[in-house]
Amino acid sequence: MNDVVTTTTYDEDVLIQELGYDDHFHDHHHGDKYQSNFIMHYIFSMDHKIIARQFLITGMFWAVIGGLMSLVFRLQLGFPEESMAWLKPVLGKWIVLNDAGIGTLAPEFYYALVTMHGTIIVFFVLTAGLSGTFSNLLIPLQIGARDMASPFLNMLSYWFFFLAGVVMFASLFLSTGPFSGGWTAYPPLSALPQASTGSGAGMTLWVTSLVFFVVSVLLGGVNYITTVLNMRTKGMTMWRMPLTIWAFFITAIIGLLSFPVLVSGLLMVMMDRGLGTSFFLSEIFIGGQALEHVGGSPILYQHLFWFLGHPEVYIIILPAMGIVSEVLSVHARKPIFGYKAMVYSILAIAFLSFIVWAHHMFMSGVNPFISNFFVIFTLIIAVPSAVKVFNWITTLYGGNIRFNSANLFAIGFVSMFISGGLTGIFLGNSAIDIQLHDTYFVVAHFHIVMGIAAFFGMYAGVYHWFPKMFGRFMNETLGKIHFWVTMIGAYAIFWPMHYIGMAGVPRRYYSFDSFQAFSHFSELNQFITIAAIIVFAAQVLMVINFFYSIWRGKVVTEKNPWGASTLEWTTPINAGHGNWEGNIPAVQRWPYDYGKDGKEFIPQIVPLAEGEKDGGDH
Amino acid sequence: MTALTIILCLILLVVIIVQIGKVTELAAKIRGEEEVQERSNRTQASYMMIFMVVFLVASVVSAYYYKNWMLGYGPHAAASQHGGSLDYLFDITLFFTGIVFIVTQVLLFYFAWKYKSQKGRVAKFVPHDNRLEVIWTIIPAVVMTFLVVGGLDVWNEVMADIPEDYVSKLVPEAENEYIEIEGTGYQFAWHLRYPGPDGKLGTRNFRKIDATNPLGQVWTDEKNIDDFHPSEIVLPVGKKVRVRITARDVLHNFYLPHFRVKMDAIPGLPTYFVFTPEKTTEEYRQSLREYPEYQQPDPEDPEKQLWETFDYELACAELCGSGHFSMRRVVRIVSMEEYKAWLENQQSYYLSSIRGSDSDPFKDQLLDFEISERKQEFDDALEQALSAVEQNAKTIQFNYVNFEEGSADLTSLSKYELDNLVEALNKYDNMTLELAGHTDNTGDPDSNMALSDDRATAVYNYLTSKGISDNRLTHLGYGQTRPVDTNDTDAGREKNRRTEFKILTQ
Repeated sequence: MNDVVTTTTYDEDVLIQELGYDDHFHDHHHGDKYQSNFIMHYIFSMDHKIIARQFLITGMFWAVIGGLMSLVFRLQLGFPEESMAWLKPVLGKWIVLNDAGIGTLAPEFYYALVTMHGTIIVFFVLTAGLSGTFSNLLIPLQIGARDMASPFLNMLSYWFFFLAGVVMFASLFLSTGPFSGGWTAYPPLSALPQASTGSGAGMTLWVTSLVFFVVSVLLGGVNYITTVLNMRTKGMTMWRMPLTIWAFFITAIIGLLSFPVLVSGLLMVMMDRGLGTSFFLSEIFIGGQALEHVGGSPILYQHLFWFLGHPEVYIIILPAMGIVSEVLSVHARKPIFGYKAMVYSILAIAFLSFIVWAHHMFMSGVNPFISNFFVIFTLIIAVPSAVKVFNWITTLYGGNIRFNSANLFAIGFVSMFISGGLTGIFLGNSAIDIQLHDTYFVVAHFHIVMGIAAFFGMYAGVYHWFPKMFGRFMNETLGKIHFWVTMIGAYAIFWPMHYIGMAGVPRRYYSFDSFQAFSHFSELNQFITIAAIIVFAAQVLMVINFFYSIWRGKVVTEKNPWGASTLEWTTPINAGHGNWEGNIPAVQRWPYDYGKDGKEFIPQIVPLAEGEKDGGDH
Repeated sequence: MTALTIILCLILLVVIIVQIGKVTELAAKIRGEEEVQERSNRTQASYMMIFMVVFLVASVVSAYYYKNWMLGYGPHAAASQHGGSLDYLFDITLFFTGIVFIVTQVLLFYFAWKYKSQKGRVAKFVPHDNRLEVIWTIIPAVVMTFLVVGGLDVWNEVMADIPEDYVSKLVPEAENEYIEIEGTGYQFAWHLRYPGPDGKLGTRNFRKIDATNPLGQVWTDEKNIDDFHPSEIVLPVGKKVRVRITARDVLHNFYLPHFRVKMDAIPGLPTYFVFTPEKTTEEYRQSLREYPEYQQPDPEDPEKQLWETFDYELACAELCGSGHFSMRRVVRIVSMEEYKAWLENQQSYYLSSIRGSDSDPFKDQLLDFEISERKQEFDDALEQALSAVEQNAKTIQFNYVNFEEGSADLTSLSKYELDNLVEALNKYDNMTLELAGHTDNTGDPDSNMALSDDRATAVYNYLTSKGISDNRLTHLGYGQTRPVDTNDTDAGREKNRRTEFKILTQ
């Protein structure tokens, strides 16, 4: 170990000017005419950095809505005896008052809340808010491009997401309530308006919203892939891309391959609803009459849904993994350990994510023999996941770790990913899944591994790149409070759910009183609800910190405040459309030269010294 | 007013938070940012260690505290034959993941603490180590192989259907006999069906479902005749059970938590689950008795403790609508004797609710067992009359010979009884009879007389048409002249409207 610190300062502007690539940007840049007025600049913007902020803030809006919904149903689960009459002004007829004035949450609305919570958090927050934000922000900045391959499609991508949000939001105000059949929307429940009030107009709007959403994902995805493949700057080979870019790139490919399958499934549900087809319906007697549908299979829908649904969890977690790899490395002042192993494990996870979908369906009535394959592939995923975890831990080993909010969340991510990932080994083994399927054990598993972990990845990204996005820092004290409350609180919420699940308590129960076997956990449920309220309060703190810091945060005075080696920190502090004023920087080395040869860090634009081997070549 | 207060409180809160932020930033400026950084790094690093210790201790202690609620431990041992192997797999997996959990969490937080940033130090430059990568690829791969092989072994055994040479019986005795029962989910309850003495469940057709036929049983399938619909699942201990699982409207899931049984119920696509209950409800209660968790009074019935009121339960584990959480049925596992005793009290759904109603396809005919029952009844009455000495006792009333309202046309079901008489007449060649018709006192006595005569004649005609010589039979109508009961009540009049025969010689 070299104990001598060399703080070399690099004159990035000179390096870019001398070694960079001249694309004659300045020749036609005088006053970007597409960005000239407020509307074009902030609303129908085609600048990927603005679009990223749009995705982020919209995602935050939805996160607050989705989080609030969970608090309402957590109140029901934790305090079923308490009156909810005080929510009547907001929730109206969904709070049912009895003669004594005690208000209870209507079961239909409980299920609507659960459904909306899932849909909103999975799609609007952890897909659009996470991958939408950071793919947009970082892909052009980190590969050295002036913008996305198609800024226009990129803008459309946001506005389709916005439209999806508007439709979903509108569905909350339907007199029959929003869709209430679970975020997976299994038919026949989702296909038959007579089966549930939410399956009427609520379901129609839900499908409409998701179709818009998929359009948004596809437009974004096409752009991300094209940009990564075609618009990397001089010297930026694939093996010199930061892990963030690898993650976003692979995520976009997964999304492009899987989301259309969801749309086909949803369209078939709509046809079953409206056009009298029988893709998913057969031999149904409901509402006092036998329906005409015969020959369909509800299981077919589940195949189509989970063919997206499983890759979707990787669409959520891979960007978080990429962000965490980057943030950990920068703040540990160490190269990410096993860069190539990290890339290969992303590729392995992405590939495997397409052949494990039926592990959500072990107990769905599919032929038990088929499950053999899905068990094998599912548990194989544990291997690349384990490789990633070991690499993150080893990245910390021997580091010089800065504990700022970004890095705290990155470390928290690893802890959450371990805890949640390990329970996946139980669930992926079909024999154990017989008992655990659709219990609180599953709820605990996926919330920790892809809910909390993904949120942690997102927070790491927000705290880390906030200076890039807004030219100011977020407040560190508030950030640290946010971290510790969330870290402790999230475990407090979800850890006990393992026990409840192991006792066999099914998920999606409005009340546990009907069953002796499920009614023993009222104290634990209260504890979880209180923890959830506290954790939500910490997120409100983060939102306040976020908006306060946009206008009042500590101003960024140097271009590269974290001492990071990637390209986004070579742009001006408040970069305009086009990112670099003069030449585009040319890349000379891999992105993880931290602590090399006694230097604190070496930016990617610094040429290799005589005889120096590029760090990525191994 | 409340709204205003809440809004004001919220604003105040925001202001406080913002002030905290401002103050800390100002303080940092005054103290010197670098020093503040340094200090904060040290505290955060120590928080990491504290968190690690508290987290690991809390996870272990809480698991210990809740152990008696967990899969496979203490009172939560599986009550089915296959359940134990699932619980064992869970424990094995918990063992391996537990080790990984502790090692990785410890390393993560320990490294974070140990390598906190310090002034004048540069991190080690260790970008990769292929040997390490290989090691930590192979170790999880080996452990996973072990778990997969163990898991699939159990899975394929548990999910296997009943072997083909097994026979389904309502009361399985031999090794290769099993009971097949059926659970049908609908919004929001389970409808249960047992096969009846033939051991076979009858066919169903969803288009036949209506208020009186909740499962759409096809009544022309005689396997349906003896099927019964109990309100709880009762099964003999130690016998293989195959549950046929279906749904009527949307997806449900047939979930027996204590037996480790779970399978979706799908409209139009029956599924199954095979299991063998191993502990009777009473045995399970006794095993719960020793645990303090179950020595609490039952909130529903404070006189008793939880273990005393314990019951196995059937639940729904697939979201099916607003009543999803309430689809409970009790499951009772009993000894074979108790099971047989329970069966005695079960009534065929068809016979108790469908037979003779408009939806009964066999309305106009008798089923084999009814024919033999009635024949037995008839033969007994005849034997009695033949052996009687008194003349009065030689008259036998037809219990099942009826006529269409106000006419002398025999109903279709009457011929079974008359056939019994034909057989008797063929058996006792010397027997001669007088066939007599009677009415009640409603209506005109003359026409009553005529009607009763016509009815006696109709019986006479039927018998002669079956080859009985007409010189063995006489027939006449008595009208309302010989009531056997009062004509003042409906019941009495009912008795008075009758057809009978008197043995003249034998």
